[in-house]
Amino acid sequence: MEHRLHLLVCAGTGCVANRSFQIKQKLEQEIIKNGLQDEVKVISTGCQGFCERGPVVIVKPGDIFYQQVKETDIPLLVEEHLLKGRPVKKLMYKPSGKEPPVQKMMDIGFFKHQRLIVLKNRGRLDPENIDEYIGFDGYLAMEKALATMTPEQIIEEIKKSGLRGRGGAGFPTGLKWEFCRKAKGNLKYLVCNADEGDPGAFMDRSILESDPHLVLEGIIIGAIAIGASKGFIYVRSEYPLAVKRVKIAIEQAQDYGLLGDNILGTDFSFSLDVIQGAGAFVCGEETALIASIQGQVGRPRPRPPYPAESGLWGNPTNINNVETWANIPGIIQKGSQWYSSIGTENSKGTKIFSLVGKINNTGLVEVPMGITLREIIYEIGGGIPNKKEFKAVQTGGPSGGCLPKQMLDLSIDYDSLTKAGSIMGSGGMIVMDEDTCMVDLAKYFLKFTVEESCGKCTPCRVGTRNMVDILEKICSGQATLDDLDKLEFLAKTVKSTALCGLGQTAPNPVLTTLRYFRDEYISHIVDKYCPALVCRDLIEFYVIPEKCTGCQRCVSVCPTGAITGPRSQPHNLDKDKCIKCRACYEICRFDAIAGDAIRIKSGEEA
Amino acid sequence: MKKLKVGDLKKIRDKVQKTTNLRKSQSRAVITVHMGTCGIAAGSRQILTRIMAILEKKKIDDVLVTTSGCAGFCSREPMITVEVKGEPPVKYGDLTEQRIDKIISQHIIQGNLVKEFVLALGSERTY
Ligand SMILES: Cc1cc2nc3c(=O)[nH]c(=O)nc-3n(C[C@H](O)[C@H](O)[C@H](O)COP(=O)(O)O)c2cc1C
Repeated sequence: MEHRLHLLVCAGTGCVANRSFQIKQKLEQEIIKNGLQDEVKVISTGCQGFCERGPVVIVKPGDIFYQQVKETDIPLLVEEHLLKGRPVKKLMYKPSGKEPPVQKMMDIGFFKHQRLIVLKNRGRLDPENIDEYIGFDGYLAMEKALATMTPEQIIEEIKKSGLRGRGGAGFPTGLKWEFCRKAKGNLKYLVCNADEGDPGAFMDRSILESDPHLVLEGIIIGAIAIGASKGFIYVRSEYPLAVKRVKIAIEQAQDYGLLGDNILGTDFSFSLDVIQGAGAFVCGEETALIASIQGQVGRPRPRPPYPAESGLWGNPTNINNVETWANIPGIIQKGSQWYSSIGTENSKGTKIFSLVGKINNTGLVEVPMGITLREIIYEIGGGIPNKKEFKAVQTGGPSGGCLPKQMLDLSIDYDSLTKAGSIMGSGGMIVMDEDTCMVDLAKYFLKFTVEESCGKCTPCRVGTRNMVDILEKICSGQATLDDLDKLEFLAKTVKSTALCGLGQTAPNPVLTTLRYFRDEYISHIVDKYCPALVCRDLIEFYVIPEKCTGCQRCVSVCPTGAITGPRSQPHNLDKDKCIKCRACYEICRFDAIAGDAIRIKSGEEA
Repeated sequence: MKKLKVGDLKKIRDKVQKTTNLRKSQSRAVITVHMGTCGIAAGSRQILTRIMAILEKKKIDDVLVTTSGCAGFCSREPMITVEVKGEPPVKYGDLTEQRIDKIISQHIIQGNLVKEFVLALGSERTY
């Protein structure tokens, strides 16, 4: 027996930032110190998904889950668990203050409700070692496709699986492949879109970091089916770890003859390269991406012709998202019937979401299509922190929409989300609590699109900027109800006239907040009142003298000297000097003796 | 590096699976070595090494080896618990390296209890 225990140390970007490399080193040292080096093996893996609790270490067999591990915890962990077999409670996950620690990974709500297809190897293999991937049946789907299937059979299998593109638009993948296979031309290209420009989204990065060979295998199967000879993985250069691991994977696959000339000794040849993008949101759009690979300015062009007909250097090109490619090996290996049994009528398989914002369990989750928002937010995400109320969730990033509490039981699939005014998008999921102002939120997302607009078409360049201007007027209490109509009109116009998906979806945050939170807009305009107490021009800070104990905590944090007063006497807040930075408010709630002597008021109250 | 041909992948997989099986949570049996202070003092460390060596020699890769604390019967250490899937756990005591060899070939490989070393069948009742 080689080893009796494997320690899987997460080496995703999040955990690495929390010193997981040092933890691995320390583990190895301690293991040697205890003479356990022949019994215990330490392996770096990709992201385990529960980034909130990093750095994460899992002990196999047994799936004991350790979280927020520090270097100083290692001696205890090695002696108690690895030598004596007594799992260390103090490093286990505790759901909340009073509940006992949870030992097994699968008993933690965050993991229990997930279903892994794409991320099945996350945290269980070393992404920089091709043999480990092969040990988990890696590249066998590709071998099957190459040795036993015709290109038409592969395409048919993908069509029957019901797989739709995970990059945002949800186009049926098999159909796209068929277009490209049938397109005229001897030279065909494949592209893996790993631009991932949604703020707060990190699904594709994580897939590439934790299982790069899975993506490679999917792309090679696509190449066999489409008859492509050359492929590119387009990654933003802000993803250095992903770039590094993909490059290692390509090299290893080349060495094994899984990429390059005469793959697996057959007459099929295909090569793959990495292209690093500079990280502009619009470069994720397929025609802009093609321009960028060709060395031109990353700007979109009208379609048709679609890339399947005329893409890279005018040749038929098939573009899919990282997660789409990563779904392919499983479908080929286990069959379309297996795949299509998961999910809903029109949305098959699983989807990965990056769950962020005001949520207890931040992280990456893979769930079957058709799960409800409520299950993701409460059962997996563990609900909203600090006993706050859930207010809304933004799906699809800046191109998506904002869904309110009434929509919590919405099934997550392409069609339901579109009907609700949002989109699946690439899988960003940002949760907001009662302290979020919906007008401010719409402004935030729209500002992002204004900055990322390439400026080529007028609706997007000028229209979105005008929309931001109106939103700013609303937030500062200077707008009229006419402005609201104008905002809505502009939003609809931009949506229907912009050149590419960026402009066409940019108004979604405005349109959905208008649909579900119109009251909040009206409050800002008519009552000059910001219900969430966020918009600076509509709020005012004041001290409640009866509550103030004069502890001077606020005096010390106020950057402008707006708060004065001798110790032990109610303080005075000078409104003219106050810049509304919230520092006094926060410190009064969490650090001061009185608790909440500093309050915020808005509108009529003010 | 020699390029692979169709059929070669499975060979690599089968070789690697010896290590990866440990991570798949699929095992036919679990051997737990009790490693309390009493166990370690009585030689359970050598017992553990011996078990791993025999499993390696006999190419058994579907049996897990774990450790746990003192089983409470300190005078009979070193002790192990053998759990074959679907059967009640069996505790063996007063172990030596020779006895381990016999337990692995009789119990783990052939599926028969080694009655003379059995301390107890099943485990204590818990709440
Ligand atoms: C502004 C904009 C940004 C986009 N960003 C991405 C991206 O980061 N990653 C991605 O895969 N697709 C992105 N897309 C979608 C791509 O244009 C394209 O539809 C997708 O890569 C196709 O792959 P799929 O069929 O597998 O989803 C973006 C589209 C638009 C309009």
